[in-house]
Amino acid sequence: MARRRSSEPVAAKFKPGDRVRVMANPAVRGHVRTPGYLQGKIGSVEGIHGAFRNPESLAYGGDGLPKQFLYLVRFDQVRLWEKYGGSSQDRLLVDIYEHWLEPG
Amino acid sequence: MTRVHDRGGWPGAGPIDRSEHELAWWEKRTDALMRLLWTPERRIIKVDEMRRAIESIEPAKYEKCTYYERWLIALETLLIEKGILTRAEIDRKAEELGARGGKVQAR
Repeated sequence: MARRRSSEPVAAKFKPGDRVRVMANPAVRGHVRTPGYLQGKIGSVEGIHGAFRNPESLAYGGDGLPKQFLYLVRFDQVRLWEKYGGSSQDRLLVDIYEHWLEPG
Repeated sequence: MTRVHDRGGWPGAGPIDRSEHELAWWEKRTDALMRLLWTPERRIIKVDEMRRAIESIEPAKYEKCTYYERWLIALETLLIEKGILTRAEIDRKAEELGARGGKVQAR
């Protein structure tokens, strides 16, 4: 579609390499696509998948607009779990929508 | 507050049960029904709605249910919510099938 809809996001807020923090007290309740154990944690943006309809609106019969950028975010496992027994090099990659992220 | 399905890092959750089983006829039908309802031609149910309906199952009940029992509960929840079927219609049909000798379990 050539014409950009006003509901389309213009530019991604974050770029690969940016440090981000997953929101700890999100305004959204009910169906969310961000696992609870990541809330409040710091990671870094690995890539941008594109912009998609917001599943947290689609889940309740909404149209999912405006679209939200979806990022691939990398976390160090040792920063996620208090007594992590694996390698300090272990990483976790998770898809997270932009409205869940703030500068870290 | 995370919901019942969001269990990454739950203390003492134990190992994941990875055993497989042959699917029962009703499990295959549940899968088929759900997929027909969310095809692009119909879009009666969205996959996100289905996830939301599964996560909304009362936690004690959620734990007791198998994978496709959760799908079936979600399917009924959404069809009722969208006004396509009523609880009474579903129960009446289940009773009718039960009377014909089918093994329909009332919940």
